[in-house]
Amino acid sequence: MTDTIQNGQEKSAQNSNVDHAAIDDSITLRQEVSGFGAVIRTQPFWVFMAILAIGLVMTFVSDAFLTERNMFNITRNFAFFGIMALGMSAVICTAGIDLSVGSLLGLCAITLGLTMQAGWGIEAGFVVCMLTAAIVGLINGILIAYLKMAPFVVTLGMLAMARSIAMVISDNKMIYDFGPDMDLFEWIGGESMLGVPNVVWVLIILTAVFWWVWRYSTWGRWVIAIGGNPQAAKLAGIPVERMIVSVYVVCSMCTGLAAFMFIGYTGSATNGMGVTYELNVIAATVIGGANLMGGVVYALGAPIGAALVELIRNSLLLAGIPALWQQFFVGLFLILAVLLEQIRNRGGK
Amino acid sequence: MSLIELNGITKSFGAIHALNGVDLSISPGEAVGLMGDNGAGKSTLMKVIAGNYPPTAGTIKIEGEEVQFSQPVDARNAGIEIVYQDLALCDNLTAGANVFLGREMKKRFGPISMLDYSSMYRRAGELFSELKSETRPRDLVRQMSGGQRQAVAIARTRLSDPKLVLMDEPTAAISVRQVAEVLALIKRLKDTGHAVILVSHRMPDVFEVCDRVAVLRRGTKVADKNIKETSPEEVTGLIIGAIEAA
Repeated sequence: MTDTIQNGQEKSAQNSNVDHAAIDDSITLRQEVSGFGAVIRTQPFWVFMAILAIGLVMTFVSDAFLTERNMFNITRNFAFFGIMALGMSAVICTAGIDLSVGSLLGLCAITLGLTMQAGWGIEAGFVVCMLTAAIVGLINGILIAYLKMAPFVVTLGMLAMARSIAMVISDNKMIYDFGPDMDLFEWIGGESMLGVPNVVWVLIILTAVFWWVWRYSTWGRWVIAIGGNPQAAKLAGIPVERMIVSVYVVCSMCTGLAAFMFIGYTGSATNGMGVTYELNVIAATVIGGANLMGGVVYALGAPIGAALVELIRNSLLLAGIPALWQQFFVGLFLILAVLLEQIRNRGGK
Repeated sequence: MSLIELNGITKSFGAIHALNGVDLSISPGEAVGLMGDNGAGKSTLMKVIAGNYPPTAGTIKIEGEEVQFSQPVDARNAGIEIVYQDLALCDNLTAGANVFLGREMKKRFGPISMLDYSSMYRRAGELFSELKSETRPRDLVRQMSGGQRQAVAIARTRLSDPKLVLMDEPTAAISVRQVAEVLALIKRLKDTGHAVILVSHRMPDVFEVCDRVAVLRRGTKVADKNIKETSPEEVTGLIIGAIEAA
């Protein structure tokens, strides 16, 4: 490929009558790396390879690993984190961070639980849950985009405030009565269709939607541009502030959706739900290839990163290693993932 | 009638007067070289015209009508395209994506509209070949040379049919061959009736493509001469203050 281009240049140097348009056309149609080449250069691909490798080892270590029941559990468990990580990917793509997702999960659990406990239907519960999320996201976004406050600080504050509000309005009580639509609600969160947990269906659909959004929508393109160079995005006429607000709202609403499914699955709502989940979600997002410096996003990265975190947990359990080691390995893989990305970047340049 | 007319543009930052009553008018198809030492007010004047900040006093008229820009998009909508010195490119996007940033082409399927990659890449490819640049639209800007980046930034101005193209040091960081290409492009812009303001430190570039040269010193315009009636020596004298005004 390089040869053709060099030939083209030499020819054009020798003969100014050469057909530039034709050369340029052929250059235009070329891509530096082909489809598969591009795929194997992405972080999610290598994390997926790690998942396959761990899976392969585990089939020898434990007979229980490859059972349908275990696969069902693994996929269901990581789906909640995967949904939240999809939203987190958008935030991290703008070089931001949202530490409030864990607390927001708890707050959504309580507002949703209280609404349904009061006898409202599942639709009202869903709307209240998503509205709670949207409002929290809006507050985060406005403080960050318009008041130019650091995302870390704003969402750290929100982490504390959302949890506190959840405690206040729940009166520190557990909610386990979800009113007239309780059966439907618990079916949505906890049951399955065609052998696949409903929450995994939600994750699959949402991942597909985000894949499309990052690739084909103007919103996605602009978010990626803002992550790359916010000043340039601003000069190009992109409404940077509004975009950033929308990103935090999207992230929070993903958490709202995860909360809706999660409460249905557990069958009860407490204000302590989701404590430290933000760390797992951020870990999953970063393992999945997001760069905290911004400008990088993969739709598939979020579920793959979440899958790896859950797989580590499950594997340690089945291998008989004490659960106390879990966080150690999650942390180790987080650091390895970032290291891998550094090495790839150096190689790519 | 002049295409753009600046009248008494003054810009103060607190006690500092970056620009002091600058007048400048440019006709269609005319290229004006804007020269001056560092801190003379070139960048400030550029930014006022580009809509980055409003002037403290003075008016801007485009084709006889007074305009007020509160942000860069307003200037773009009024037909002013800018090539920034730092190029304002997103490194993580492709050349094609940068060309179309903020005004992406879309195709519609019922209620859904999506980015039209093939049209954008084709158009970007055409723009690059007009510039005789071997920039490939699908390459990431991160992996590009200084000249290729320059080509991306210039190609972007060609997307609309601008009345005025502002170029801030477009030849500062590129190879000799590419300088010739950029200068050829400026000539082509002039031929098609576009006005160009070229901010440059490189005297030969200004003398090759510009019809007039305006010199700023300490925020004041000290000269505005036809290029044929002046010389590099005189302009240098004006820039450094050895010649008071001309």
